[in-house]
Amino acid sequence: MGVQSSPFFKGKKDMPAKTTSLHVNGRVERITVDDPDMPLLYVLRDNLQLQGPRFGCGLGQCGACTVHMDGKAVRSCITPLSAVGKRKIVTLEGLGSLEKLAAIQKAFIAEQAAQCGFCINGMIMEAAAFLARNKSPSEAQIKQALAGNLCRCGTHLRIVRAVKRASVSA
Amino acid sequence: MLSGKPNRREFLKATGILIVSFSLPSFLKTAEAQSATSPKTVALDEVDAYLAIDPSGHVTLYSGKVELGTGVSIALTQILAEELDVPLASITLIEGDTALTPAQGKTWGSLTIQNGGVQIRQAAATARQALLQEAARKLGAPAADLTVEQGTVRARSGGKQVTYGELIGGKNFSLKVDKQALLKDPAKYKIVGQSIPRYDIPPKITGQFTYIQDFKTPGMLHGRVVRPPAMGASLQSVDENSVKDIPGVVKVVRQGNFLGVVAESEWGAIQASRKLKASWSAWDGLPEQSKMWEYVRATKVNKDDVTSNVGNAEQALQQAAKRINATYNFAIHSHASMGPSAAVADFKDGKLTCWSASQAPHDLRAQLAAMLSMKDADVHVLYVEGSGCYGRNGHEDAAGDAALLSRAVGRPVRVQWMRDDENGWDPKGPPTLMDLQAGLDASGGVVAWYSQLYVPEGGGGNVKLLAADLAGLPCEKGMFPGNIINNSAIPYTFPNVRTVAHRLAETPFRPSWIRAPGRMQNTFCNEAFLDELAVAAGADPFEFRLRYLSNDPRGTELLKRLMTLSQWKGPGSGKSTGGDVVTGRGVTYVKYELARTYVGAVADVEVNRKNGEIRVKRFAIVQDCGQIINPDGVKNQIEGNIVQTVSRTLKEEVTFDRSHVTSLDWASYTILTFPEVPDVDIDLMDRPTEKPWGVGEPAAAVVPSAIANAVFDAVGVRMRSVPFTPARVRAALQSA
Repeated sequence: MGVQSSPFFKGKKDMPAKTTSLHVNGRVERITVDDPDMPLLYVLRDNLQLQGPRFGCGLGQCGACTVHMDGKAVRSCITPLSAVGKRKIVTLEGLGSLEKLAAIQKAFIAEQAAQCGFCINGMIMEAAAFLARNKSPSEAQIKQALAGNLCRCGTHLRIVRAVKRASVSA
Repeated sequence: MLSGKPNRREFLKATGILIVSFSLPSFLKTAEAQSATSPKTVALDEVDAYLAIDPSGHVTLYSGKVELGTGVSIALTQILAEELDVPLASITLIEGDTALTPAQGKTWGSLTIQNGGVQIRQAAATARQALLQEAARKLGAPAADLTVEQGTVRARSGGKQVTYGELIGGKNFSLKVDKQALLKDPAKYKIVGQSIPRYDIPPKITGQFTYIQDFKTPGMLHGRVVRPPAMGASLQSVDENSVKDIPGVVKVVRQGNFLGVVAESEWGAIQASRKLKASWSAWDGLPEQSKMWEYVRATKVNKDDVTSNVGNAEQALQQAAKRINATYNFAIHSHASMGPSAAVADFKDGKLTCWSASQAPHDLRAQLAAMLSMKDADVHVLYVEGSGCYGRNGHEDAAGDAALLSRAVGRPVRVQWMRDDENGWDPKGPPTLMDLQAGLDASGGVVAWYSQLYVPEGGGGNVKLLAADLAGLPCEKGMFPGNIINNSAIPYTFPNVRTVAHRLAETPFRPSWIRAPGRMQNTFCNEAFLDELAVAAGADPFEFRLRYLSNDPRGTELLKRLMTLSQWKGPGSGKSTGGDVVTGRGVTYVKYELARTYVGAVADVEVNRKNGEIRVKRFAIVQDCGQIINPDGVKNQIEGNIVQTVSRTLKEEVTFDRSHVTSLDWASYTILTFPEVPDVDIDLMDRPTEKPWGVGEPAAAVVPSAIANAVFDAVGVRMRSVPFTPARVRAALQSA
């Protein structure tokens, strides 16, 4: 069929994998990885099947991959696993579930604050960390807090309303 | 495709939005049983193509139009529930599966409700009519005496009842869609016209939703593509040794100029794609960006499309008391989806299964089949929603990549584009240039309008797959930018009008459609130039438009409502000059494709004379899209249209050198951020007895001209080149 490829890699055994533990969503998980410098995002998505955090840019520019590390919003796509250590990670799944929604998730549903929703993980995680610091922010403060999170569908107005609603209802 | 989707029942239960009474597994069985025995019909004229009812009354809606994040899935479900008289919660939607859903055309052009929804409505009306006839026979009552509620038929006079499940459960209707089947009186609507919350939002805000970027299948490997560093370069050699130390690498796949890596793990594939050493030929075939418009003007014109011709515009221009000329242009844009494109393909036993977020699964099947020299019937494409695409982005290309890689390794392969793949290689909204001339009489009346548009040739179609093109496999020839000459003609009744589109033989990048393709660019040029005429005529921009909309009562009513919504007090009335920041207001209007959805807008802006920054503070929008299916869904689309297009207007431009795109990340392709987002005030004109028209695009079309006109109102300069960057504003102010 004209495909040029070689059997070069066939049967090649992987390099020795490394096992480490990671504190995620209130549990200690054993993780086996080939490369301890692999970004946390791929540990969460591929090793732990947590798909709340999303791959948007891999450059820390858009916020779609945001998780909490010891309560602070961080970009998991540029956080090497080796840098996490014993710090506690919380993902969107750890914030709330369909059965037990967090207040901010309820607010996003009430405001119908999503279109494609691909950025929403970052919006919720960033906003939740922000609301923990500032319980009744102004609209301008909310916009500033989310200034580093990008949305392409233009759902910003609803997202701001949802965060505002969560702050009032918290 | 259901198995990759969240369990709707679970999240609906959890959120308590709707009372749910169906069981998803029973539907899966039905669908599987159907495909196991005889193929389900997907013929556009068959009722069974669109819907099925099982013995317990559960309804499956099969839609060829797909959910791109715009909220159509709830709207289509509402249309079916209303017309069939079944509970919303009894409906399961299957979308974009080439084995199960009718080929209702691409999900584009704001046509999902207008075309797809209307087809579903007619199929539902046909089904309901047939069910009533059957019920009349069973209940021994005339059909005219029967009433249906929640899928149960009974006589108005009382007595026995029978459910849809009992009447048809599990059997085919075997009926042609009856174009005469009586539709429900909109005055009796209970579901259509309501802001029913979207089913996809709860799983999206909890991380339970499965996007194509999350989709997995057993035995799946991870692929990444390695594109040429210069777009037209040829691959000369590949050094496989360069990646042999990366754990889990399965194969380096090379075919022509197509190069990719496949690995057991995603991180392995990423590392391999970065470390793979390949040598490519030099190539510098892109035009010089600083001379973009000279390049466009110098491009060979293959044909002229005259989109309107009234009177003799050229002659009237010569005789006009006053002539006005202007040239407008609009930069190359990327879809710039938040999630780079992804797809999973499984090539096995001479058949291909592909999971894709393509807006056109049926067309993608044909493209994949052509690329791999297979029969269409041997390719199965299943839609899985992805990150928003706003047109033909890279989703289809990722599918082509995955298909080639899967064939090479004989296992399912997931391809996830990286950010630079997306920004660099998604097909682009082509550069648009328009020359406009108008003539006014001595009293400021418009006597002539003549526009010449320069855009690539071609219309809608299937944009060629990158993988096929790079690998030298069969693919489409020619360009498919979408129907980008739409709205080059104008909605105003001037005595002499000529609008011509010069169709160019080439354009720098593979073109495709991005939200309101052409309609946005052309409306920008036309409505901003019209504002120039109104100023030249000394007329109020509302009054000026109304003067020439004499034959369009819906457009006239819309503009009058916009005056009220925006509290219009005349041009310059919003103006204040305190320090460097000056405010202004601009008016604009579109009748989409001159045939459907009407939108009018007033933009309020602040312009900083010193640094050239434009802040859009507020948009007042009135829209008439005929019958509204879900008002909150419409508002969500309008808000999105405004915010996204403010971004496109103020910030966005694909940059490139002679070899490749250079705006490969979010720092170099900047989009609007939260502090820059305007408020949006919306007045929806619901017309329940009219046809439903599209809403996904029209409100985007009015944004650039509204801002341009507001900037002129503020500081007296015309912004005729999108994007209106601070540097361009400063330059315009300096030369004013």
